[in-house]
Amino acid sequence: MYEFDFERPSTIAEAVAALATEDAQALGGGQTLIPTLKQRLASPSKLVSLSGIAEMKGISADGGTVTIGGGTSHAAVAAGAGAYPALAALAGNIGDPAVRSRGTIGGSLANNDPSACYPSAALASGATIVTNTREIAADDYFEGMFTTALEEGEIITAVRFPVPDAAAYAKFEQPASRFALVGVFVAKYADGVRVAVTGASEDGVFRWTEAEEALSANFSVDAVAGLSASADGLISDLHGDAAYRAHLIGVMTKRAVAAAS
Amino acid sequence: MPKDNGIGASPKRREDVRFLTGRGKYTDDIQLANTSYACFARSDVANGVIKSIDTSAAEAMPGVLAVFTGEDFVEVGGNPAGWAISSRDGTPMHEPKRPVLAHGKVRHVGDAYAAVVAETPEQARDAAEAIEIDIEEQPAVIDMAAALSGSTFVHDEIGTNQCFDWGWIEDNREATDEAIKNAPHVTTLELINNRVVPNAMEPRASIGDYDPGTDEYKLYTTSQNPHLTRLLISAFVLGIPENKLTVVAPDVGGGFGSKIYHYGEEALVLAAAKKLARPVKWTASRSEAFLTDAHGRDHVTKIELACDKEGNFIAFRTETLANVGAYLSNFSTATPTFLHGTLMAGTYTVPNVYVNVKTVFTNTAPVDAYRGAGRPEATYSIERVIDKCADELGIDKIEIRRKNFIQPDQYPYTTPVGLSYDIGNYDALMDTLERRLDVAGFEARRAESAANGKLRGIGINSYIEACGIAPSNLVGQLGSRVGLYDAATVRVNATGNISVMVGAHSHGQGHETVFPQVVAEMLGIDEASIDIVHGDSSKIPFGMGTYGSRSLAVCGSAVVRATEKIINKGKKIAAHMLEASDADIELVDGQFTVAGTDKSVGFGDVALKAYIPHEFPLEDIEPGLEETAFYDPANFTYPSGAYGCEVEVDPETGKVDILKFVACDDFGNVVNPMIVEGQVQGGLGQGIGQAMLEVGTYDADGQLTNGSYMDYAMPRADDMPQMVVDHSNGTACTHNPLGVKGCGEAGAIGSPPTVVNAVVNALRSAGHDVTHIDMPLTPSRVWAAMNG
Ligand SMILES: Cc1cc2nc3c(=O)[nH]c(=O)nc-3n(C[C@H](O)[C@H](O)[C@H](O)COP(=O)(O)OP(=O)(O)OC[C@H]3O[C@@H](n4cnc5c(N)ncnc54)[C@H](O)[C@@H]3O)c2cc1C
Repeated sequence: MYEFDFERPSTIAEAVAALATEDAQALGGGQTLIPTLKQRLASPSKLVSLSGIAEMKGISADGGTVTIGGGTSHAAVAAGAGAYPALAALAGNIGDPAVRSRGTIGGSLANNDPSACYPSAALASGATIVTNTREIAADDYFEGMFTTALEEGEIITAVRFPVPDAAAYAKFEQPASRFALVGVFVAKYADGVRVAVTGASEDGVFRWTEAEEALSANFSVDAVAGLSASADGLISDLHGDAAYRAHLIGVMTKRAVAAAS
Repeated sequence: MPKDNGIGASPKRREDVRFLTGRGKYTDDIQLANTSYACFARSDVANGVIKSIDTSAAEAMPGVLAVFTGEDFVEVGGNPAGWAISSRDGTPMHEPKRPVLAHGKVRHVGDAYAAVVAETPEQARDAAEAIEIDIEEQPAVIDMAAALSGSTFVHDEIGTNQCFDWGWIEDNREATDEAIKNAPHVTTLELINNRVVPNAMEPRASIGDYDPGTDEYKLYTTSQNPHLTRLLISAFVLGIPENKLTVVAPDVGGGFGSKIYHYGEEALVLAAAKKLARPVKWTASRSEAFLTDAHGRDHVTKIELACDKEGNFIAFRTETLANVGAYLSNFSTATPTFLHGTLMAGTYTVPNVYVNVKTVFTNTAPVDAYRGAGRPEATYSIERVIDKCADELGIDKIEIRRKNFIQPDQYPYTTPVGLSYDIGNYDALMDTLERRLDVAGFEARRAESAANGKLRGIGINSYIEACGIAPSNLVGQLGSRVGLYDAATVRVNATGNISVMVGAHSHGQGHETVFPQVVAEMLGIDEASIDIVHGDSSKIPFGMGTYGSRSLAVCGSAVVRATEKIINKGKKIAAHMLEASDADIELVDGQFTVAGTDKSVGFGDVALKAYIPHEFPLEDIEPGLEETAFYDPANFTYPSGAYGCEVEVDPETGKVDILKFVACDDFGNVVNPMIVEGQVQGGLGQGIGQAMLEVGTYDADGQLTNGSYMDYAMPRADDMPQMVVDHSNGTACTHNPLGVKGCGEAGAIGSPPTVVNAVVNALRSAGHDVTHIDMPLTPSRVWAAMNG
């Protein structure tokens, strides 16, 4: 690591002020950022820990919406988001217990790793990303691998998920990291079905509209059995080429639908 | 009643008390006063000429004490290869110098070209980043076949990337070619034995210390063999006299081969300690471990099996390209040759065997012995091609093996590739495997899996290895530059308890528990009063360390011999005390007794007498009770086994689940059954890791693309199947006193072909025309094989 200053404010306002310093960076659970610092791949002037901000933590369920504070750990979501079981299940299968105890939903969505799990839940749920300055619809938030609509110094303070009638996340794990090699989140709402795919695309999480249309007409495994995702623009790496990932998108979609039905 | 003391008992591992409570003392835990810290500047290009190195900025940085480059070590020696191998045409192998720090050229990503020593690790790292190097990059030599035909060289001065072209046995070549040409059936298989990164839990670390008052050096280091490391540093690299250099390998957190070898970092910390007259410490990061620990395996092989239509074997012929990486690591020339080619008859009576191995320099990390070392590669080739042959001929996989097994009445059995197996019983092992895997019930289980949409497969394998490395005379003829005996000193203290100083080194094997069991059994005393001393060259006799499943078979034999000397001397002392003749004294349950009488004296009383020699026959017996023995084995030992497993393949995703694994091994006599079971389980973990998950991958530019756990998959608990470990078929080794063979590597040798055989079987059962899939059998590879 290179040297940096450290602050641990207790309110969002203080955190925003602390982040105004040039090259200051927010620290969530540190599960992505700390390894990056250890490798000396980043050199922030200051880390502003969000872990002491009570108003950014916690889960509330209200009138068909689950709201999760941006500083809430994966473990807390796994244990406390019973109102949205598919989301709780997703959180409960991220990493290992140490990662889940430290890592946060805000950190995961801010980082927008193309293989991360949460982005698929946010996009498939049409969630709202709440920051210190505004509210961003999930459809406008994800802008490609490791890129989001967040401005410099902007903090995710909460995420609002409309609770679907049925939903499930099917994750096929990359053998080494156990992030998603392909993960598919399917969520069925009164006005239609949304399907979001993570792990597969060079542009990060995306919606598989063909499957959405088929499932909106007929929410069943059969409805998607004949569909195949295009391999164009999908990731090819050590763990699987684009054709394999395209195939897995179909398989994981079917499995998510089966689990949600 | 199971025994609770001595040979055959399973006391809990006494070393685990400190390991499991965080009290192990590893190299990095040792904190000498006034320690400074080294950090290495490492190449990020695979192949290039060093045009210039500018260290001035680094030298001016805070806390920096010294900066070293390759220039500082041109006068000292290179780190040598331990075996000299000749090519088929008689020419000696190419042996380019392996310097302490790269000089003139960098040859792999991670190759160290400079080192900084500073007051703190962070300062050393900051300064290492400030070193400016100008490298004229050359194309990377990565693919072995291309390396042999190309005109870019890893070592320009030798003008070829081939280290040697070895034939074994060259006299078999013509007959084998002829037999294959005329055979009724020939099965050919091309396969890759994938490169693995050792990944010991403890990364390498070294501390150099120098005392200007006495001109003595001390090296604390993560080594499997402190004396060998001392010998290499003294005789070849730095020229420090052996009597002025102590090498201590304290607790070591796993080695798997990678810590046998001497590495440049060890020489650097010693040279720096001398220059600064301060201790210098270096601890590898995990990234450095990935880039610089000697990797394992990495063979590309074509094997042919010739047989008649009934499956009786006629010949094996192998052509292998073996990667040695950028420099010759200490055992790198022995591993693909004498630890591989000599095993190419397996457990079978096959009249013709010929092996050709070309070793190839590439711009990758050095490759050397890794758990099993050569024998896994041999087993994999043989056992895969046999399965393919059985499929082609429509013969049952177990039947084709049994048909060709060497039979118990054929021992000693000399193979066409130069080994003489002393004893074994392969049919007995296979019988046990059939029973414990319930082979007869397989079809019913396959139907059950099919009902759940899964493809079930069964894999069978028969392995043999040459362990207890090694008879010095024999390996000397084969090119070894060292002897491979071991040594032990048994020191009985005045109060009757015992310290046993051993040349073997324990880095997970459990020697501290097992060796006392042997001594306790022989002396008839409680093993709790016996302790092992190992790892410190100033305390132990000159031993060759631990690898090649040799500790008990070789060093344990030395312990037996030294203990026998103790018993003989004890008898003399007892005879004097009891006023009897030594010939009449026997040692029973810790009592020296005059045979046929009730006159006896306890072991403790004899020890006390030895150290308080009042009324002692000093003209006949020296005082004291301490004996040393060196033991050089008469032959290798030959553990063997029948392994089997069942897998389920998800046809939609290609994901493989290993459901059950049965390992039936013949380790000869077993001293501690619990530890043996643990060793086999650990070996299976590594073998299954290689088969299912692991492969070190370099891209065309020579970058290790999976140099972290984000992309390099290690086996985890839930990757492991239900394991059944059976060692009920032991046939005692005929030539060492304990009748033991060694169990450390078996699991890693026997499991990869077992797993691949099972997966291929599963796919074929569903009509896929798949004859082979290269390891690791990741879901994407298995899926591609099904949909290819
Ligand atoms: C071993 C391991 C396994 C893992 N497995 C998985 C997995 O299976 N699936 C998965 O999805 N993830 C996985 N992760 C990643 C994990 O979920 C991380 O916790 C997550 O990606 C980052 O969250 P964090 O709170 O730790 O953020 P940090 O690492 O602290 O920060 C990450 C980035 O987000 C920024 N940031 C943090 N919080 C906020 C905020 N509230 N507002 C704005 N910006 C913020 C930081 O500045 C930084 O740029 C794994 C991680 C590890 C170490």
